[in-house]
Amino acid sequence: MDQLLQHTVNALILGGSYALLGIGLTLIFGIMRVVNFTHGELYAFGAYMMYMWVMLAGTNFYLALVLAVITGIGLGAMIEVVLLRRLRGADIDTTMLVMIGAWIALQNLEQFTWSGVAKSISTPFPASPLVLGPISVSWNRLFVFVVASALIVATYALIHKSKLGKAMRATFQDRDTAALMGVEINRIHTATFALGSGLAAAAGALLGPVFVAYPSMGDLASLKAFAIVILGGLGSIPGATAGGFILAFMEELGAGYVSSGFRDGMGFLLIIAILLVKPTGLFARRERIG
Amino acid sequence: MTRTVSGMLAGLALALLAGHAAAQDSIKIGVTQPLTGAFAASGNYVAQGAKLAEEEINKAGGVLGKKLQLVIEDNKSNPTEAVATAEKLINSDKVPVLMGAWSSTLTLAVMPKLEEYQVPMLVETSSSGKITTSGNPFVFRISPTSEMEAKAFAPLFKTMNIKKADFLATNNDFGLGASKEFSQAAKANGVEVGVMETMDPKATDFSAQLAKIKSSGADTLFVTTAVEQITLILKQAKDQQLPQKIITTGGSNSPDQLIAQAGDAANGTYHLVFFTPWFPEAVKNADVAKQFVALWNDKKFNVGGLTEGFRGWDGIHVIAAAISAAGKADAAAITKALWDVKVKGINGDISFIKQGPSGKESAQNVPSVYLIKIENGKVTRQ
Repeated sequence: MDQLLQHTVNALILGGSYALLGIGLTLIFGIMRVVNFTHGELYAFGAYMMYMWVMLAGTNFYLALVLAVITGIGLGAMIEVVLLRRLRGADIDTTMLVMIGAWIALQNLEQFTWSGVAKSISTPFPASPLVLGPISVSWNRLFVFVVASALIVATYALIHKSKLGKAMRATFQDRDTAALMGVEINRIHTATFALGSGLAAAAGALLGPVFVAYPSMGDLASLKAFAIVILGGLGSIPGATAGGFILAFMEELGAGYVSSGFRDGMGFLLIIAILLVKPTGLFARRERIG
Repeated sequence: MTRTVSGMLAGLALALLAGHAAAQDSIKIGVTQPLTGAFAASGNYVAQGAKLAEEEINKAGGVLGKKLQLVIEDNKSNPTEAVATAEKLINSDKVPVLMGAWSSTLTLAVMPKLEEYQVPMLVETSSSGKITTSGNPFVFRISPTSEMEAKAFAPLFKTMNIKKADFLATNNDFGLGASKEFSQAAKANGVEVGVMETMDPKATDFSAQLAKIKSSGADTLFVTTAVEQITLILKQAKDQQLPQKIITTGGSNSPDQLIAQAGDAANGTYHLVFFTPWFPEAVKNADVAKQFVALWNDKKFNVGGLTEGFRGWDGIHVIAAAISAAGKADAAAITKALWDVKVKGINGDISFIKQGPSGKESAQNVPSVYLIKIENGKVTRQ
């Protein structure tokens, strides 16, 4: 019983960060339909920005978090303007190849800049964990969970309640009509990609101090993010959120009670099972965006 | 325009000729290490140690009157790339001997190529038993096998009062091999074996495994993986308040890096290492160890890399001794000579014994193994 409680708490906390990774990608992959291989690199970028501000510049932890997200949004906007804008209307293969190139280039740039040695980032949280009977959880992870939840709610509100969100949904539903209605298409493309990238950087900046920052940290994050988006249904923010938590619970309980050797396999097993029954994913309605 | 082009071509030709001439005056050694990817940090340290050895040997006049020249290739922590680097080094650089390839999985991937091209390889880090027991006569390993490590540790089960032990290992040849050997040694010493858990080599979150281990009732947890994952495990074990004392095996656990990165979570943990740069006077060949530490610090290399870097130094010195004994830079002659080398290494006296099926034995060194403990952010001898 104690073990189950600990597993549940672990899965909730892990699920929060998975969901955050998922909603960033669902904006780009789900709504924009760009197979974004740089998502994991933006995650790593967020973690390294955190390292730079907190460990090298000595900035306040919370301020560093904000700066890391802002620079992530900036890098995302740059990728969109420099690479993707030229490819608008190109077929999916071309875009995919360019994004694979960008992924490799970014990862090697990280390695070149920061070297292969993993970097740890210190936090203002107490070193001893919060202990509640048989359960114990670190303050840092609790903080990540709270911030991630807030960001998920904020993103949902932005997409569904704000004018910018409406313009985003309109643009990717029917670009020409949106343009005729006076939506600035280029700005919306850049904003959507930048927002998704900013969320990935936020996930990296939040989790960097929990784990460590290292150049290839984005690979696994990318893989999980794609799995979550497909599980939840392309373009659905509630879907990506649910997908993140389902994946986390599956991994925790699978590793705890079946076999830890198949921890990552468990999640994918579930995805296959769900896609067999619901090929569009859990939450996506046919061809509906947003 | 034409003049510029022909001028450039002439320059290029000259450069090529010069390169060729230099090549004839040197003996090449091929090195394949993970310089990028998951094991990048460790691979770079080994390469740095190897380059220090190259520099020192060349300063002392080289080998057979020629300069040693390391050709270092990046195997990207990827078995497919490891094979590609070995083929490139053998076919295009024409090296008569290799050193590599850090992880057991990478080394095992390269091994069939050694037989195919009949080129020997010095294995500096890998510890999976399979490497020297699969009948590949071109393998010369200076690092200890997991079995040797477990054997060296065996008397400590009693000394450290271990009654029940859990195991957590990275899911590859290195981790699974170590878990198997250490759990067998535990059983042989009357220690109960609790849960045996694994983790993906790329994983960063071990909460599920640790939650299971937390409630297993064991007093000790053996962890086998590289330093990056160990750092995270120590931090997360503290978060979940694991009651077990943690012992890491495999020697790729860089205690300095753990102290720097896991901080308080590293205190009270034990680590099996193959070189103790904190007290170089304590090792068998203290003069060599001190010289190496001094050279490493002169270059301002990362102190946390010493426990990996020494492997590169020892490996290149063993290869240089074999080339010198062979009298020529020829793969067959070097293979033969390697069997008889005796080198004063940082990890003690290096020489090879036979392992594996008879007639096709691989060569294995019997290195020293040390247990250290981290206390108050300092490394202490055990």
